[in-house]
Amino acid sequence: MKRHRNATAPGTDTATQNTSAAAAYNLFDLLSDEIVFAILDFLAASNPLDTKSFSLVCRSFYLVESRHRRVLRPLRHDHLPRILSRYPNVARLDLSLCPRITDASLALVSRTSSADSLRSIDLSRSRFFSYSGLLSLVLNCRNLVEIDLSNATQLRDAAASAVAEAKNLEKLWLGRCKLITDMGVGCIAVGCKKLKLISFKWCLGVTDLGVELIAVKCKELRSLDLSYLPVTNECLPAILKLQYLEDLVLEGCFGIDDDGLAALQHGCKSLKMLDMSSCQNITHVGLSSLISGAGRLQQLTLAYGSSVTLALANSLKMLPSLQSIKLDGCFVTSSGLKAIGSLCISLKELSLSKCVGVTDDGLSSLVIKQRDLKKLDITCCRKITDVSIAHITSTCTNLASLRMESCTLVPREAFVLVGQRCHLLEELDLTDNEIDDEGLKSISRCAKLSSLKLGICLNISDDGLSHIGAYCSKLTELDLYRSAGITDPGILAIASGCPDIEMINMSYCQDITDSSLISLSKCSKLKTFESRGCPLITSLGLAAIAVGCRQLNKLDIKKCHNISDAGMLPLSHFSQNLRQITLSYTSVTDVGLLSLASISCLQSITVLHLKGLTASGLAAALLACGGLIKVKLHASFKPLLPQLLFEHLEARGCVFEWRDKEFQAELDPQCWKLQLEDVAQ
Amino acid sequence: MDPEDEICGETWGTKSSLSNSLQEKSADFGSQQQLQKKWDNNNSSCIMDYGFRIGQQQPPFREQINNSIQGKNSNDNKPPEWDPSAMLNNLSFLEQKIHQLNDMVHLIITRKGRVPSKPDELLTQQQQQLITADLTSIIVQLISTAGTLLPSVKTIGQFSQFTPKPAAVSPEQQHQQPNNSMDVDHNYTTEEHEEHEDGEAEHLPPGSYEILQLEKEEILAPHTHFCTICGKGFKRDANLRMHMRGHGDEYKTPAALAKPPTIKEVSSAAAEPVMIKRYSCPFSGCKRNKDHKKFQPLKTILCVKNHYKRTHCDKSYVCSRCNTKKFSVMADLKTHEKHCGRDKWLCSCGTTFSRKDKLFGHIALFQGHTPAIPPDETKTVVALAHTDDPAADGGGLGDQALMDFKSVDDPVGAAAVASCFSPLNFDSCNFGGGFPDFNRQGFDDSEASFSFLLSGGSCNYSNQNTGGES
Repeated sequence: MKRHRNATAPGTDTATQNTSAAAAYNLFDLLSDEIVFAILDFLAASNPLDTKSFSLVCRSFYLVESRHRRVLRPLRHDHLPRILSRYPNVARLDLSLCPRITDASLALVSRTSSADSLRSIDLSRSRFFSYSGLLSLVLNCRNLVEIDLSNATQLRDAAASAVAEAKNLEKLWLGRCKLITDMGVGCIAVGCKKLKLISFKWCLGVTDLGVELIAVKCKELRSLDLSYLPVTNECLPAILKLQYLEDLVLEGCFGIDDDGLAALQHGCKSLKMLDMSSCQNITHVGLSSLISGAGRLQQLTLAYGSSVTLALANSLKMLPSLQSIKLDGCFVTSSGLKAIGSLCISLKELSLSKCVGVTDDGLSSLVIKQRDLKKLDITCCRKITDVSIAHITSTCTNLASLRMESCTLVPREAFVLVGQRCHLLEELDLTDNEIDDEGLKSISRCAKLSSLKLGICLNISDDGLSHIGAYCSKLTELDLYRSAGITDPGILAIASGCPDIEMINMSYCQDITDSSLISLSKCSKLKTFESRGCPLITSLGLAAIAVGCRQLNKLDIKKCHNISDAGMLPLSHFSQNLRQITLSYTSVTDVGLLSLASISCLQSITVLHLKGLTASGLAAALLACGGLIKVKLHASFKPLLPQLLFEHLEARGCVFEWRDKEFQAELDPQCWKLQLEDVAQ
Repeated sequence: MDPEDEICGETWGTKSSLSNSLQEKSADFGSQQQLQKKWDNNNSSCIMDYGFRIGQQQPPFREQINNSIQGKNSNDNKPPEWDPSAMLNNLSFLEQKIHQLNDMVHLIITRKGRVPSKPDELLTQQQQQLITADLTSIIVQLISTAGTLLPSVKTIGQFSQFTPKPAAVSPEQQHQQPNNSMDVDHNYTTEEHEEHEDGEAEHLPPGSYEILQLEKEEILAPHTHFCTICGKGFKRDANLRMHMRGHGDEYKTPAALAKPPTIKEVSSAAAEPVMIKRYSCPFSGCKRNKDHKKFQPLKTILCVKNHYKRTHCDKSYVCSRCNTKKFSVMADLKTHEKHCGRDKWLCSCGTTFSRKDKLFGHIALFQGHTPAIPPDETKTVVALAHTDDPAADGGGLGDQALMDFKSVDDPVGAAAVASCFSPLNFDSCNFGGGFPDFNRQGFDDSEASFSFLLSGGSCNYSNQNTGGES
């Protein structure tokens, strides 16, 4: 701790200098807090890291920034004491990056000055806390309105009774709290009268009784998620009496069937969103009785349910304000699609992803009636051809999002139509399609395009991509996974034409070299970089990325054999925001891995098949990286490391995943695709 | 008395005597129904009148309270017979009864000679009441006996003027007295009426039953049956009768030892008209009190007792098993003890349920009640959480110390962990050279303890700041 003292001494000196300078002449003193806060709002909106630079300017700026911040997402639980005292006005505390939150941590939160201002806390990824910590939190933070306790599988009814003390609670997530039963839910129902949202997803201990009581006691409820609960028809009457209920999720409720729904006298009038995905026992009969009277329904999700027939479509006709239908994974008939097209007045969103039975006939007759369609998902509709695409592009010219992964019968000419007619496209997923350079050239007319996925498009080359780079300046996401025709000139075009790019995936584009990476290092906003299986990339290219793209937080360099420790060193020094890294099959050794310990954000590492890695080096690296949450290791390391080490790391909140896959040699792209098709069939 | 009323009374008088003569003790439903119909057809207007009258009437109540408390009196009522021999029998019984009364009054007089003490006073008071009650019952008996002989009510009505006023009647009751004979007659019709509608007794219209109200002391008195001779109290009538044997041979006769017939038996057998009785709780403001707007009468004296104790008394019986549940009625405690501990569904109000749905129904109904989580659950959870920590931390280290590699005090844990690095020379991990663009001044955290790994290279401020990133 000697260091600590040494470090603080000069710090105070600078601070005093700053204050004396500020006292002499500081324009910011003339501005009210509101104005400064407004400036900071803009600053934070453009780039959150800028507020950090702001706070480093001088002591008064530092204090202003402390008072301004409302949202905190600490990376480590051990930062909590310091940041909670630094930021007194925090309204939302997101602890989703801190797996280790103990009762002591929660008691600390409840003791700090921000306890009064705290309105929302996210504990969805945290473990190690219990009833007593929650109790001190809710008793001291009286203004708490949101608690996310998802994945808190250790919590029991007692914890639920502690939550029930939060009388002002409006939103509560209890997903996967499997040990909480009706008794705990009963406490919450009685205690939290103001609840507007509650999610019970996967709470297997909750039955009809608990749900009924929630519906009886919490009259204000707007949103109710009962996914995968063992509830039956019994709880429905009480739920449908809720006056303000807008969002009801009944996904995977196998206990609810047509008979129960048919017995209901009236549906819920206020309902706006209904999700009945994976409800095997509900057909159009039950659906129509549930949505009868629900005239305000806007969004209906029936994924993986009964087949979409004429009868089902007919039950939708009394829903005048329906805007979105999701039928993912359903069996679809042409007559059903036709009827949806003619009965629904103005659909904005339609999802037929992975639907069986979608034909040109059905889809065409649906889309020609729906001119306002904004989002269309026809992923894996393997029967459709250019006929459908022609109809879609000619009528739905307002399309903003088109997802058509694996529409393998659509010929390459059809994609030219997409570019010619749908200029407003922002999101386009053409993964595993026949699109070629002509298509890309045409698509480059969509100036608003921000997300483009061209994975497994074997017909495209640098020529096509350079058109995208030249005209789609707003591109933020580009996926070129296994599009083997792409080489350095294509990436260069993107790097120079799309400065806002945040995500790029060029995995298995085997001809990519360091020059691509050097050109991409100009894109300072790059956050996700994936270049699996690019054997020509070396540490030099990685160093360029590390220096240029300071915001990088996800890096995947699996199977880049030429990357070694020399690439890790600049990474560890410059990429201070790196959260996730995959190093499998590279030439990184103990030294490189250990150097990553200086990246304090680092949470997830995957190190499989590193030839230069020894057990002791791995152990040192694991101990040194204090923030690790997830580590993927080869099973051969398990016996080599002491059990105590694993216990120690697991107590920090780290989870180990063991893999024992054999070392795999890489296949060439064509071969790989043939193999993929074999699997798909 | 208006003419219409008289007519009604007349018709009824005949009918009642007829029914008595024909059916004697047993109450034949069919014929009574017939009678009922006739009654209904003949003078529906009278029903109204009668209802009104019943509502007003008060005097017989006192008597009936006494009847019911000292159940002995009902013993004296013998069913009247049509034939003269039965009549003679009846009259001789009445004579005997008057004799008994005579004796009792004598006894009181002799006792008055002694120095009066408090319990004695109470005893004489009770005996006075007893005498009054007996007298009234004799009168009623007399009237009803006469009623079987005489063809018209008009004549019975004349008896009313002979009715002696009971000593304890209030002025209000006195005021009602002239109607007494008429009421008696109507009471009979009520009885018929009620039997006909048996089972629907709980939806009695107000006024269709007589309301009795016991005083608090009477309700809470441990004994309800008192020996007329020595004044000893008993809980049960049977015990009293057994006791009475000790006072002389006259109490050993089978008649004296026989169980007195219930009110129903008496009323169905006797010509004496007995009105259906309901009870009022003396606690004013109680829903069971007759002055309450939505008065709901209690059915029996036992109900009164239990109601009063449960609602208006302290709960003095505590369950010895759970030490939480309290009862004011011993029987309730015993019922509870039978299944105490077996009901696992507990409400915050202390009520337990054998079924979860019953508990949830209860919670849905009442404001502020919550399901009570068994206390052992919270304890085990806390205990688990605590045992988790030290083991996981490698020997009782705090959260802070967890990351602080240098400051590991625990020799076992530290040594074990450190042993993994032995082959690796940490000096080789010094990547040297601080980076000038990362100023760590004034900011530090536990990460600094890794300084042996990265001399000055770690960028603690940025760690912390990105930690605060939204």
